[in-house]
Amino acid sequence: MILNGVLIDDTFAEAFGMKATRLIVTAHNLKWALHAAAAMTGFATSVIGCGCEAGIERELPPAETPDGRPGASVLLFAVSTKELTKQIERRVGQCVLTSPTSAVFAGIDGGEALPLGKTLRFFGDGFQMSKLIGGRRYWRVPVMDGEFLCQETTGMVKAVGGGNFLVLAENIDSALAACEAAIDAMGRVPNVIMPFPGGVVRSGSKVGSKYKALPASTNDAFCPTIRGVTKSELSPDVGCVLEIVIDGLTDADVRAARRAGMDAVCAIGAAGGVRRITAGNYGGKLGPFHFRLREILR
Amino acid sequence: MTAFSFALRDLPRQRLDVSALTPDRLSGLSRDRIAAIELSSGNRRLRVGDLFDLSGDDVADLRFEGSCGRLDRIGAGMTGGRVTVAGDAGDYLGLAMAGGRIEVEGGCGGHAACGLRSGVIHVRGSVGDFLGSALVGELHGMRGGTVLVGGDAGDRAGDRMRRGMLLIEGNAGDYCASRLTAGTIVVLGNVGASPGVAMVRGTLLAGALKHGLLPTFNDCGEHALGFLNLLQRSWQGLPGGFGQSPAIPGRVRRYMGDLGNGGRGEILLPA
Repeated sequence: MILNGVLIDDTFAEAFGMKATRLIVTAHNLKWALHAAAAMTGFATSVIGCGCEAGIERELPPAETPDGRPGASVLLFAVSTKELTKQIERRVGQCVLTSPTSAVFAGIDGGEALPLGKTLRFFGDGFQMSKLIGGRRYWRVPVMDGEFLCQETTGMVKAVGGGNFLVLAENIDSALAACEAAIDAMGRVPNVIMPFPGGVVRSGSKVGSKYKALPASTNDAFCPTIRGVTKSELSPDVGCVLEIVIDGLTDADVRAARRAGMDAVCAIGAAGGVRRITAGNYGGKLGPFHFRLREILR
Repeated sequence: MTAFSFALRDLPRQRLDVSALTPDRLSGLSRDRIAAIELSSGNRRLRVGDLFDLSGDDVADLRFEGSCGRLDRIGAGMTGGRVTVAGDAGDYLGLAMAGGRIEVEGGCGGHAACGLRSGVIHVRGSVGDFLGSALVGELHGMRGGTVLVGGDAGDRAGDRMRRGMLLIEGNAGDYCASRLTAGTIVVLGNVGASPGVAMVRGTLLAGALKHGLLPTFNDCGEHALGFLNLLQRSWQGLPGGFGQSPAIPGRVRRYMGDLGNGGRGEILLPA
């Protein structure tokens, strides 16, 4: 399949099941809501080394937040309920509770309830107060700028993590332009995040390493500077490869985001220096969710 | 399906306990069997059919008509459905109610919503003393649910209340929120003497004070508290003043007390 001069490989991306929640972070103005949300989703690119994958889903106008203030919607993904619980407590406790004027609310009501304010309230040292409003419990924790308002629990749902596609381009400029266009388009799809910096990864990995301690190592088949000494996947006209990883609440969400992203890359096409789109998989053994590139773009 | 209606023929000579007439208890009963139910009135037992004209067929939607001011325990213990009182209701309205909705088009007597666990009680007129409070010998008053009062409330509203929301559009009497354990009481008008006496936790938000605060409440300054936005939003769609925006001020002066009882409760007044 060739779209606008871009070769679409007949392969599939592989994704695995994760646990996820959505949090709504609000503040006195959007600037401070984004400060809190950005801090909370920092160092959350991969579950391998960060404990969770997290990102800002979108900015929220006052009309869409529980307390009528500007805010941001944040998605967090982890491999287990226990790990997600730990990450929520740490990240909200260290990054949202600490951020001036912030408040945090559950963005998912159903599913298993994970503690949010339920544990953070103890920071109030006995001065915290709870309020049951509209069937939901909130905690008011006194802090130095007033009160930190926090919903008691947030809902957890099963989700899909790790869906990816690789953009093979002529050079770094064309690869970056294509990926930036893809991220812009994917950012408009609800229920997904692209957890890496700017949504883009340059250090794609393969399973295993010559060093026994490492579970994963550089994806040498797609590294242009060693194409002459490894079993390279790259043709001579490819000088740069970037990857986009997607986490979503459902496989349909991941599929929709992939479609939007790959459409944007193909729109730039060969004229913009894009040569090929492919995907990383592990032979179908890693995860139950398979996204065939050509099926999605058909 | 039309609401099952109990039209009172004559004003009873003594107070009448109608706690047997709730949607739960009448479910599945024919009109004849309902007419045969005996109600307590003083030391007498009176049949429903001798007191009321019955009409309608939907026992999940009950309606009391006539001079109902002597009908006590309307909706007591109900867990679902709807009860409407076309006029005044007597004492113990919604006693230990655990679900459903009660609408009173007039006012009601004392001890309304005592032991309320869940559901909504809306009284368009005024209510008597001990709204949402504990019965004698009980540790807690209402433990959940919402009570909306269009008029005034008597003394001791929310006494020993444990959870839930009392929303009073008019004024509240003396000792409002006395011994309050938790929950939220909002009075858009003023409150009488000694509000919050011996309160442990919980919130009393009042439009004004009639007689000032007890010396066991300490001023914590003026604040814009975020949870007030949530409260305000949760009232959207309510009839009367609470449905209007803003029903409560954005900034409040916070007093914490009762310091004679732990001091973790709060009284909020417009800043």
